[in-house]
Amino acid sequence: MSATGTVARHRGAFRRLLAVEARLAWREPVALVWGVGLPVVLVLIFGNISAFREVLPGSGGLTVLDAYLPVLVMVVLAMLGLVGLPVPLATYRELGVLRRMSTTPVHPSWVLGAQLVVNLAMAAVAVTLVLGMGMALGAQLPSQALGFALALVLATATLFTLGLCVAAMARTARAAAAVGNALFFPLAFFGGLWLPQPVMPEVLQRISGYTPTGAAVQAMTSTVQGSFPSLASLLVMGGYAVVFAVVAVRTFRWE
Amino acid sequence: MSVVTVEGLRKTYGDLVAVRDIDLAVEVGEVFGILGPNGAGKTTTVECVAGLRAPDAGRIEVLGLDPATDSDRLHEQVGVQQQQGALPPKLRVGEALKLYAGFYRDAEDPRRLAATLGLTDRWDAPYRVLSGGQRQRVSIALALVGRPRLAILDELTTGLDPAARRETWGLIRSMRDQGVTVVLVTHSMEEAGELCDRVALIDHGRVVAAGTPARLAHEHGGGTRMSFRPTGTIEDALLTGLPSVRRVVRDGDRLAVTGDPEAVVDVVLALDRVGVRPADLEVASGTLDDAFLALTGHRFHEAEDGGPR
Repeated sequence: MSATGTVARHRGAFRRLLAVEARLAWREPVALVWGVGLPVVLVLIFGNISAFREVLPGSGGLTVLDAYLPVLVMVVLAMLGLVGLPVPLATYRELGVLRRMSTTPVHPSWVLGAQLVVNLAMAAVAVTLVLGMGMALGAQLPSQALGFALALVLATATLFTLGLCVAAMARTARAAAAVGNALFFPLAFFGGLWLPQPVMPEVLQRISGYTPTGAAVQAMTSTVQGSFPSLASLLVMGGYAVVFAVVAVRTFRWE
Repeated sequence: MSVVTVEGLRKTYGDLVAVRDIDLAVEVGEVFGILGPNGAGKTTTVECVAGLRAPDAGRIEVLGLDPATDSDRLHEQVGVQQQQGALPPKLRVGEALKLYAGFYRDAEDPRRLAATLGLTDRWDAPYRVLSGGQRQRVSIALALVGRPRLAILDELTTGLDPAARRETWGLIRSMRDQGVTVVLVTHSMEEAGELCDRVALIDHGRVVAAGTPARLAHEHGGGTRMSFRPTGTIEDALLTGLPSVRRVVRDGDRLAVTGDPEAVVDVVLALDRVGVRPADLEVASGTLDDAFLALTGHRFHEAEDGGPR
């Protein structure tokens, strides 16, 4: 058996695994509904509320809708990272799927890889839809494209690695769903889902800047205003991502 | 030729000694039973053989490979069915078989495998709706899809109804007939007696005896027992003098004779020579259960609670 044959076989196996995980994500559409559907529906609703077209005080001229687009992007990443990614992984571990896979020539880490790809793909679709529909509804898009891309990558890294920590620590699928949701709500709050950052009380605004989601929304919002994200917001996200990744790698168990 | 060789295996989890000292040799083409109560160390032993756990001490060789260091090559050739290995509830049977077939270099055709295992009409059924027996068959299919030379099956029929159990046993026999060596972990004496060419009786992390089920039952199970009512008067000496008879006990008008399996015929012939017939004859042979009791000092199912798996 040549090395290239093995590589081709592995590539084929990973493609199959990816197809299966994508089909399962479609059949058990929790992530699809909350991570893609919800933010897209929220853009539609917000875009049709006339009060959301008014300028948000303290936002440097952004309308409420403009300010909400980065928040909804954050909701996409948080939902997929904290629920979409860890719940299937914890389910598979609980059911013994990963254990069974470890008896085959394919390592169970491939399932993790496939889940990452599937959730990243859903995130890409959802972010595109949120921004595209926001634009169609008259919202201002990030004009600092490079800054936005960087903020998006770091925000994804932060929330997905946090999700891997959830998958690592939760012993059951139920626990993973509970922990993921329990993290989602405060994080979405600090990210400004209920109260956009510009209208948060000063103390809250400051605290928010040190949370993964608050920093993510801050960074993305500056790119809507046309400037590069603040170093502080990028460092906060990068720092969390490194810490979460280390914790996840140290604590993750395949069985 | 040995497919599996285990020498001096030891595995502990913290203070818990799961496997104390185990030696095994599984020959090519046989169904080898690892038999013992829950907590005896059976599963830990096969997990080490399958390269899923690293032993603390001892030497393991499987198909000429060291499972601890060569698990990739090992997993190409060894199919493993573990306890409590489920699949995603919405994954369909055919999808699972095709997916796992893609993991191996030289895989069985999933459709044909499904047909062999009677799963063709469940090809499109999600795992969630399958019966216990069907789930076990999927599990066997996934263990066989890579055309393994060795299949390790752990508590394959636990929780199945008697009909599904018999069906599964048939599958294991046909596996052996196709030349696959099978290591069967079980805590069912009946299953071991029914299926296994040889068994190792394991208790508290040690092999207490190994051999064919019949031989173990015979050697350690107290021998063959017969009991009858002689139609005429006879002296005990008539029977105790026979080389195959070990013991004769009188119980009212009945005689209980213990001895080798040949004792039954010897006794009947000896009685016939003096014109006596054994009325209401009952014959029982030693069982693996009896052998286990004799070897460990406790009954098989008493040992069931507690301890590591």
